[in-house]
Amino acid sequence: MSDLSGPAPVLALGGAAFDGYVRVAEEPLRAMFTLRGDLSAKALKNAATGLAAVDMPGQGQVALNGEHCIAWMSPDELLVMTPWDEHAKALGQLDATLTDPALNYTDVSQARALFSLSGPDGLVREVAAKLAPVDLSPAAFPAGSFRRSRIGQVSAAIWMPAPGRIEVVCFRSVADYVFTLLRDAARPGSEVGLFG
Amino acid sequence: MLLLECPCCGQRGEETEFHCGGEAHITREGPGADDAAFENYMFERVNPKGVHLERWRHVHGCGKWFHAARDSATLEVFGTYAAATHRPPEELLETIRAKRPGFKWRELA
Amino acid sequence: MSSRLAQGGRLIDRGAMREFTFNGKRLKGYEGDTLASALLANDQVMMGRSFKYHRPRGVVASGSEEPNALMGIGTGGRFEPNQRATMQELFDGLQAESQNHWPSLEFDVGAINAKMSRFFPAGFYYKTFLWPRSFWEKVYEPIVRQAAGLGKAPKDKDADSYEHLYAFADVLVVGGGVAGLTAALEAGRAGARVLLLEQTAHWGGRAPVDGGKIAGEEAETHVANLVAELEAMPNVTLRLRCMGAGVYDHGYVLGYERLTDHLSDKSGPRHRLWRIRASQIVVAGGAIERPLSFAGNDVPGVMLASAVRDYAVNYGVAPGDRVVVVTNNDDAYRTALAMKAEGLEVPVILDARAAGGGALAEQARAAGIRVEAGKAVAKVLGAKRVTGVEVCAQNGSGSTIETVACDVVAMSGGWSPIVHLWSHCGGKLIWDETHAMFRPDPDKAPTGADGKGFVLCAGSSNGALLLSEVIVDAGRAGLAAAEAAGFEAPVAQSWQVDEVSEIPLAAVWLMPAGASYDKRAKTWLDYQNDVKVSDIQLAAQEGYESVEHAKRYTTLGMATDQGKLSNINGLAILSASLGEAIPQVGTTTFRPPYTPVSMGALAGQGRGETFQPLRRTPIHDWHESHGVQWEPVGHWRRPFCFPKAGESTHDAVNREVLTVREKVGLLDASTLGKLIVKGPDAGKFLDLLYTNMMSNLKPGRCRYGLMCNENGFLIDDGVVARIDENTFLCHTTTGGADTIHAHMEEWLQTEWWDLQVHVANVTEQYGQIAVVGPMARQLLEVLGTPNISKEELPFMAWADRVVGGIPCRIYRISFSGELSYEISVPAGQARALWEALYEAGHGFGVAPYGTEALHILRAEKGFIMIGDETDGTVIPQDLNLDWAISKKKDDFIGKRGQQRQHLALNPDRWKLVGLEVADGAVLEDGAYILDAGDNDKGQRNMQGRITSTYYSPTLKKGIAMALLKGGLSRAGETVEVTRLGTTPVAAKVVEPVFYDKDGEKQNV
Repeated sequence: MSDLSGPAPVLALGGAAFDGYVRVAEEPLRAMFTLRGDLSAKALKNAATGLAAVDMPGQGQVALNGEHCIAWMSPDELLVMTPWDEHAKALGQLDATLTDPALNYTDVSQARALFSLSGPDGLVREVAAKLAPVDLSPAAFPAGSFRRSRIGQVSAAIWMPAPGRIEVVCFRSVADYVFTLLRDAARPGSEVGLFG
Repeated sequence: MLLLECPCCGQRGEETEFHCGGEAHITREGPGADDAAFENYMFERVNPKGVHLERWRHVHGCGKWFHAARDSATLEVFGTYAAATHRPPEELLETIRAKRPGFKWRELA
Repeated sequence: MSSRLAQGGRLIDRGAMREFTFNGKRLKGYEGDTLASALLANDQVMMGRSFKYHRPRGVVASGSEEPNALMGIGTGGRFEPNQRATMQELFDGLQAESQNHWPSLEFDVGAINAKMSRFFPAGFYYKTFLWPRSFWEKVYEPIVRQAAGLGKAPKDKDADSYEHLYAFADVLVVGGGVAGLTAALEAGRAGARVLLLEQTAHWGGRAPVDGGKIAGEEAETHVANLVAELEAMPNVTLRLRCMGAGVYDHGYVLGYERLTDHLSDKSGPRHRLWRIRASQIVVAGGAIERPLSFAGNDVPGVMLASAVRDYAVNYGVAPGDRVVVVTNNDDAYRTALAMKAEGLEVPVILDARAAGGGALAEQARAAGIRVEAGKAVAKVLGAKRVTGVEVCAQNGSGSTIETVACDVVAMSGGWSPIVHLWSHCGGKLIWDETHAMFRPDPDKAPTGADGKGFVLCAGSSNGALLLSEVIVDAGRAGLAAAEAAGFEAPVAQSWQVDEVSEIPLAAVWLMPAGASYDKRAKTWLDYQNDVKVSDIQLAAQEGYESVEHAKRYTTLGMATDQGKLSNINGLAILSASLGEAIPQVGTTTFRPPYTPVSMGALAGQGRGETFQPLRRTPIHDWHESHGVQWEPVGHWRRPFCFPKAGESTHDAVNREVLTVREKVGLLDASTLGKLIVKGPDAGKFLDLLYTNMMSNLKPGRCRYGLMCNENGFLIDDGVVARIDENTFLCHTTTGGADTIHAHMEEWLQTEWWDLQVHVANVTEQYGQIAVVGPMARQLLEVLGTPNISKEELPFMAWADRVVGGIPCRIYRISFSGELSYEISVPAGQARALWEALYEAGHGFGVAPYGTEALHILRAEKGFIMIGDETDGTVIPQDLNLDWAISKKKDDFIGKRGQQRQHLALNPDRWKLVGLEVADGAVLEDGAYILDAGDNDKGQRNMQGRITSTYYSPTLKKGIAMALLKGGLSRAGETVEVTRLGTTPVAAKVVEPVFYDKDGEKQNV
């Protein structure tokens, strides 16, 4: 069942969006793979960089190029993302590259919900700061930063692909919870002005 | 609410990102252990006022377990170190000795 | 009378009239007023009644320390009791009501308590209601409850929203007076990221009222300059109406921001809770003026001297026409001078110090005010309003020398630094004899993660009371904080300060010093809880020598103001009663929050639909639109059943069970945990985790497994499928997905870190649909599913198949005893597959079924359910699952635990059996099985309990599973099972498999 066909997968919230003082939107499906193993292993690096066409990120970093990215998740884990239309191709590539049984990958594309916050940089940061116990100031969290933490009561990863945009990934089952939190945090009238 | 630095991912986060797993460096006793050894493994825990070594997991972060050495009374954190070890690094022990002369924790001093 | 002055009021806008109501009466004030200043402007001096004696009480203070002027503000979903009128900004449409009175503020029945006050001494409740015991519930409690409570609890659901905000700072400055602004400026100039919080709506604190010049400018101008410079700094954030509520471990601080409490327009969040992490905290909260302890010091019109001038200078309000000032220090002379400047009468200043005051006293005399040294208030005259004071010598028992008519008594007993935030996390205090106050001990700061101090006090909070001292101290603190936060600090700017010098106060804890009992019994310490000097003395006399005990016995400082005005005065009385020095008696513990914060702010977004995460399966919405009855399972919502129109829950469940037994049913099993265990050592690892052997499972096959903890107790079960040589997929229970994943990671990371295994939780990557029943295969064939015959896809095997055009993985596993295909499908296609199955199954009479049918189906088969048959103290052997415990393996988690004598070798353990009642009745869930005789407490002995009990629609009778002493060795016996409220029922012990004992139906 690794090669997906059949009806196009539906998103957890069908692409919900809210235009508050920043825009909150459920993003289209992206191919996501968890790669596990020794991060210095050549095969693992090749698998990751071959898919995302970016360099390996440093500890706690994300290497980005549009919808392609490699995120450093833990000392033995990477999250690799590509546009959804590369999903089938990616599976083939991973199978071909990761032949060492100590290295492996898991397709987690549909285990997740992906949200974006977009708008003026400072406001995007503060909406996220209402929910995650993370220093989101430009100095502490410059574009390109990646952080696993929590949104409200659930685990989430947040990163900043570019100024004025934060992306949040959480488990699919709590997509509605996370979206509702983000939506409420972005409601006009609740602006803080924390980041200028 | 504590601040801890995860030695696995380098992130410094607040306690809500972590989960405490109790006393550190307990030796597992499996089949073959006598009742006293097994009881000790399962149930005997120290509860010191002062230097304590604990297991923690970065649950909302990188998911990794690690060890923390801290003072249970002042909450000072002397350091955190990897999970895959049976003993704190010597460097950390030096730090603790300097800050808490004469400290004793189980067989460590 | 109290009234609005013809001019003045630096904080009000006389061009902007605001209308509000007080106890239903329509009144007017100005933009910039507080509710307290607006009420005073309307000659409403009496603002409430006290808690215990219902005595008339007027406003005492002008800030957050106010104990008396507590109001219910708002209506309906926006009503909130106990709001301090001194902190409530006026807005159009504000509705306020006073508290603790019935039927009205002016006439109150409960005031009889005051007449009885000699019968309500300290510890009254403890002493009186002890006996007779039977009176407590029916007599005492209802009366006490009726009379007790500060304000009334809101009845409606809170109409507002709230939010949290995580903020980080190098230097957090709490308090926006001259000290806080100066400290922030220095820290900001050093380059630190500074966050400055001020609880009121204005910067500058007391300085603009109290006077003095900085750098040749009036304080007000200087404050404006400081604010302008800070606002221009990109590294500084300033926040008004945001209180530093509490300081916690490792630099954690809660800030309580009030966003709409001052507005008519209530849209947007009402409060925001700032969850701040600061490297260093500068506490610049100022100081609180202390009341003086003289008889009648609670009569409306007796106010803190500083508050009297605040109302005049800030709001253009005169609290009265004739103001007597009584003091033990120079500062209060400023009030006399301010009143005189406003054209009000100041008949006399009573200075308790024998030698009188310093330069300010000279100024007062020069202004024509009579000043009396060594004099005191013997007694305040008036009940609902001050009408005068009797004057006496401070040294003596209080013989009246003269009576002075007045309508305001402005009192000052000196100042206490606000050390709360210093003390919250362990900062220690020292007693400053010169100023008669506790101030922070700089050598004993609260310590943080690095073991170093992380709180500094600045200005009056640090005991610096003169403007010149405040500014120097604040500059020092701001720089020290920046330095401690890692910034190179330049030299603090020095400021030229012009101010009037002051001479030291004299500590005055009782006025007059030799006040008689009658006077002491009318001398209030704690206005809110009605604690008098005599109460503290009685407590000391009765042996409550510890300050913490005396506090609880008398309730001193235990009201919503937490003793801001009363604590120091109370403990001085206590120490005098005990004959000990004040520092020996010590203070009570300062606990956060500094002033009460709303429950809504603490909850933040955690209410309503985001109270807690609600997990939805990919098929959730379909269930929702097909009449589902939900069952919460952890944070998940799972279908309990799907009643049709007019069908009862019970009937729906029975229909669903029979549909599965006779036709085909669909179950959304997506919540089941799915963990991929992968790596060269995966088999070895699973052999350690499961009680049975997994490493010899063949790829393509499935095996049921049990997991125990080290105690040997069963914690989870599920079917393991071997995907390939190095990969297993472990199904867990719904609740086990996260916990078993964590359990696996824990063992891998902390014990068996040499194993080459990785675990991935793919629970949410796949939806899982169980197609169950004799027609399951036919249904899948309608959808064109190839190769699913008994031979091609046998029981306990799995295979990848395309179902209805969707690539899936099918597990031939059964939790019902029927022919069953559990289909795993990527989450984004799960609903499409579900709908395809539902459509295709029409001709077979397919129906979705829920968790209750699932439970009945498994109970009919005697399959255990984690959480029903187990409770954390049950070993697999108790459930007759010995067959699933490998004897070949040297080790697995729980093996050693199960070898303990009282577990494996105990013949009396309660073990799994089935129970049936002769007439087919359903036993009660959780019922006990009775044994002969009583235990040593006279309770009936038990020998087992019911773990699962259902009506079986298949067998048309009740069936139950139970844990019974001796287990199946007692098959055929009849036992007695309890029933609530009636006699026990006889039940027969049977095999726990009630249906298809040989398992033929699932293996087809």
